[in-house]
Amino acid sequence: MFISNCTDILTTYGPSLWLGVRTTLLIAITGTVLGLILGLLVGGFRAVKLDFTASGAARFFKKLGDLIINLYITIFRGTPMMVQAVFIYYAMLNFIYWSPMEAAITVISVNTGAYMAEIVRSGIQAVDPGQTEAARSLGMSNAQTMFTVVLPQAIRNAFPAIGNEFIVNIKDSSVLMIISITELMFQAKSIAGSTFHFTETYFIEAMIYLILTTVTSLILNAIEKHMNRPSTKEVA
Amino acid sequence: MAAPMVEIKNIHKRFGKLEVLKGVDFEVQEGETVCLIGSSGSGKSTLLRCINLLEHADDGQILVFGQDVLHTKDVNHFRAKVGMCFQQFNLFANMTVVENCMKPQMKVLKVSKEEARKTAMKYLEKVGMAEFANADVRRISGGQKQRVAIARALCMNPKLMLFDEPTSALDPEMVGEVLNIMKELAEEGMTMIIVTHEMGFARDVADRVVFMDQGQIEEQGTPDQLFNNPQSERTKEFLKASVYK
Ligand SMILES: Nc1ncnc2c1ncn2[C@@H]1O[C@H](COP(=O)(O)OP(=O)(O)OP(=O)(O)O)[C@@H](O)[C@H]1O
Ligand SMILES: [Mg+2]
Repeated sequence: MFISNCTDILTTYGPSLWLGVRTTLLIAITGTVLGLILGLLVGGFRAVKLDFTASGAARFFKKLGDLIINLYITIFRGTPMMVQAVFIYYAMLNFIYWSPMEAAITVISVNTGAYMAEIVRSGIQAVDPGQTEAARSLGMSNAQTMFTVVLPQAIRNAFPAIGNEFIVNIKDSSVLMIISITELMFQAKSIAGSTFHFTETYFIEAMIYLILTTVTSLILNAIEKHMNRPSTKEVA
Repeated sequence: MAAPMVEIKNIHKRFGKLEVLKGVDFEVQEGETVCLIGSSGSGKSTLLRCINLLEHADDGQILVFGQDVLHTKDVNHFRAKVGMCFQQFNLFANMTVVENCMKPQMKVLKVSKEEARKTAMKYLEKVGMAEFANADVRRISGGQKQRVAIARALCMNPKLMLFDEPTSALDPEMVGEVLNIMKELAEEGMTMIIVTHEMGFARDVADRVVFMDQGQIEEQGTPDQLFNNPQSERTKEFLKASVYK
């Protein structure tokens, strides 16, 4: 009974489920990539320590920036993404016309960015400050030091946590169905609504999520292993 | 005599309430090798770091190459002319040996990649690390790391080299290889200021030895004067203690 219902659903609704999977992945991947870029900028900005070489204007700009960033991180980590999605989508409709998809990608990116900023910041803090000093003593600027010495190592340190955000996004993008995004959760809900096979449909949905996250985490592990291999080409 | 390469006048440095440098006057002539000795916490590192602006002195004047460094506009350009080696080597862990030597040249001196590589190989050759050019810096020994750090600094073509206990983190069998390179540099006429606990090296290589105590220069002179005929009681005590170390 259960098994045959499942196969029926898969054969009849395969294409809609497939659309759901693609949408989920699209949102999760874009959200993670844009969120990471945002997190690098914001986390990098926060981690910069101005020394005496900084001008008064730079100091003011840094203080103001830190304040805004703190507010951003507190708000986006302190409220559910589902609430962020409805609020931002409808609030912005008063000013611009945008599609639910544009809103979804914006919300998940900005939400992920708030978490990434903290991940990037702790990745940066784990980089030995002696290397920063050495870079500065060689005449490298704050920005050059950040981009050539600190950030590459911070990303490597933070890679497991960054990958984890991607997996979280695969799962948590499901809340975006609240603004009618046809991702996996939304599709499953409509299929269950028309077939009345709630258990079977949501079982299939759960299995698909599980496969997506498991495969993703296997890929991430492989990448991490590759990154941590000694970069030694030839040691005599 | 020409103007000194480094001329420090009455500098003070405080960390919060703690006054670490209490009015230090200090000069280094071009081509001179000066060893700074003194007990832990006496302010040796702080003095050294004030010279290339890793620390900013609160008071006094610092002239390097005749330039007033406390008021210099172009700190990065100035620092490029002053090489520094640290106790912990501080190599960039995300780069290979040769990249450590190339990247700063490319970023600061804006030289091409090819030129940077050529210069890097020249100095790696000099410190005996050319065959490790493509090695991961996390996988070479401490002595090798310090030699790479010296090569990296030399690639910037500095006029002055600062060393802060370059051999203190090394296993005893590796101290020699690093000191030999420093000795060679001294003989080639590089101007060097070296904080060290290696009294044998100071005696052998330094033109002048400076003893620091509690944020001040207590006594200075040629190695012979300072080690064989110290004037101050504090210097005598310090030397006596370090003989038995
Ligand atoms: N960034 C800092 N903040 C606060 N105190 C500091 C800082 N750097 C150094 N100090 C303090 O200043 C004093 C002098 O330090 P410094 O490192 O110059 O001594 P040193 O002579 O190099 O000693 P050592 O032989 O242990 O390296 C010490 O008491 C140290 O704790
Ligand atoms: Mg010290």
